[in-house]
Amino acid sequence: MDVAVTAKEIKRDDLLQMYHYLRLTRALEDRITALYRQGRIVGGVYTSHGMEAIAVGYASALERDDIIAPYHRDMGAFLIRGFTPGEVLAQYLGKRAGPSKGKDGNVHMGDLRRGVFGFVSHLADNLPVAAGAALAFKIRGEFRVVFTGTGDGGTSRGDFHEAMNLAAVRKLPVVFYCNNNQYAYSTPIRLQMAVPNVVDRAKAYGMPGEIVDGNDVAAVYLAAKHAIARARAGEGPTFLEFKTMRMHGHSEHDPAKYVPPELLEEWKKEDPILKAEQLLKQLSYGDDSYFQEVVERVKKEVEAGVEFAEQAPLPEGPEVLEGVFADKADSY
Amino acid sequence: MMTMTEATEEVSYVDAISQALDEEMARDERVFLMGEDIGTYGGAFKITEGFLQKYGEWRVLDTPLAESGIVGAAIGAAMMGLRPVVEMQFADFISCAFDQITEVAAKNHYRWGAAVPMVIRAPFGGGVHGGPFHSECPEGWFFHSPGLKLVAPSTPYDAKGLLKAAIRDPNPVIYFEHKFLYRRIKSALPQEDFVVPLGKADIKRVGNDISVITYGAMVHLALESAQTLADEGIDLEVIDLRTLIPIDKEAIYSSVRKTSKAILLHEDNKTGGIGAEIAARLAEDCFDCLDGPIVRIAPPDTPVPFSTPLEEFFLPKTSDIVSAARKLAAY
Repeated sequence: MDVAVTAKEIKRDDLLQMYHYLRLTRALEDRITALYRQGRIVGGVYTSHGMEAIAVGYASALERDDIIAPYHRDMGAFLIRGFTPGEVLAQYLGKRAGPSKGKDGNVHMGDLRRGVFGFVSHLADNLPVAAGAALAFKIRGEFRVVFTGTGDGGTSRGDFHEAMNLAAVRKLPVVFYCNNNQYAYSTPIRLQMAVPNVVDRAKAYGMPGEIVDGNDVAAVYLAAKHAIARARAGEGPTFLEFKTMRMHGHSEHDPAKYVPPELLEEWKKEDPILKAEQLLKQLSYGDDSYFQEVVERVKKEVEAGVEFAEQAPLPEGPEVLEGVFADKADSY
Repeated sequence: MMTMTEATEEVSYVDAISQALDEEMARDERVFLMGEDIGTYGGAFKITEGFLQKYGEWRVLDTPLAESGIVGAAIGAAMMGLRPVVEMQFADFISCAFDQITEVAAKNHYRWGAAVPMVIRAPFGGGVHGGPFHSECPEGWFFHSPGLKLVAPSTPYDAKGLLKAAIRDPNPVIYFEHKFLYRRIKSALPQEDFVVPLGKADIKRVGNDISVITYGAMVHLALESAQTLADEGIDLEVIDLRTLIPIDKEAIYSSVRKTSKAILLHEDNKTGGIGAEIAARLAEDCFDCLDGPIVRIAPPDTPVPFSTPLEEFFLPKTSDIVSAARKLAAY
């Protein structure tokens, strides 16, 4: 179906807001990459470059009190939940003002008040945890939904299986997705699984699944909306496979020479920002001068964030001892 | 379902655990149970028998056979504000959930401020002809993971009071309940609500000559040995750690400062066990008060064997304690 036709189901303001977050994600992560190359950021830098539409699309489709248990290439979801570029940069710079207060770096940030679970490097670890949050909603009779996912590599882990199975058995209000960017670090998908599509796995759990163009923010949004509505209605979990391509290395230190250059050339044409602009033009929601305005707006936002983060104080050494144990546990 | 206990009625260790769960579920609707075969079947040790009928299928969840998934789900529910209590059918199976416990539950609060108020009940220990997969003492693995609290009661009173305290604690707590003690020991319990605070050791026998620092089923072995040794004029003090993390250093140190001699007794393997850590701390902090070598009594570094003579050889015995105490008393 023509994307512009289905995208008409989405409100103009919502689409324009998604475009804003695509641009903000790109600008922020490009800036983070630049800071890394200048040696001003240490540690790992994992970006969603060329895959921004996934997090922006699904996070836009959720209600405010729904929970996100993100994957490590979901910067857009953090931004939509109100993490500012300044906070994100403070996190990358190991500053106390970062959501982890320097205890953890890069995308390993979370905040229960904003409904975002902290990412765990062990891929798929947060899938059973997400199912558990959905279980809490079911036990308490709340109509809230959890959205969680992992990469193509993460679907090989046992926790992926255990979470999908547990959620399906108990019809929990959770949506699982796979960011299928075709490479798990250097390992291509053909060495990761023997099925042609990750979504084939959903059948084994008695769960509906769908393949979605992960570079089309409108398609991601609509598929997510549908799966979220199903979960909220008590019909149980759905599995969404977002097809995309990792355009950078696994981390910014990785030149990814194992990826054929022609594959990247092919996917450049599918850039999610380019596609969003084509769509907005087709629907007469935006033109080049509007796009330029957005680019300038997000650039200012990111630069203000860099200034904030660079001036923010580092933690003091002895703060390492704080926070091992909680002295209270609230309800969310 | 068990009946209401009179203050004078003797309650077994296993029933004390059931009572704690029942009372906490009645007291706090956020408390719910997850595990394999805990609902219809009432659990492998029948600790949750009747709970399904009383509390319904959304507070007593029979789960798929998936320890990692169960613990992960408990973490998620706990972060939302519920108080899950997960049953490992046997503590040995906790290895399947190791990653969720050590990487997610233990680190969430430290990394991003998310409290995980969850209890994992782990029926552990040997002496029950369970063999290598149904007898383990896996507490050592978690002793080395900051962010977890570890509890190991030795009496019905402590079993009930510590489980209640664990459920009310805002952190992930692994509750090691000793299978050998389930139906072997009984005691009268107070009728009113009580907790045994986490982090407090208990002097199970006051003595002047040697401190035996231990936990779990070994507490009873130490008490038996103390009786034998008392006839010889050797007066053991038995310190029951009750909580392994946070460890009650003060109780250990003040006992050893009094007796000047320490035996560290546990059922977990010797190398890298809790006794090793306590020995190191005593050497660091109490060196000047020691009048003899720090002695460890623990099984050899093998899996827990099945066949009776092998398991008897493996497990610490009163004779081990008695002979170690005699040697130590001579210093």
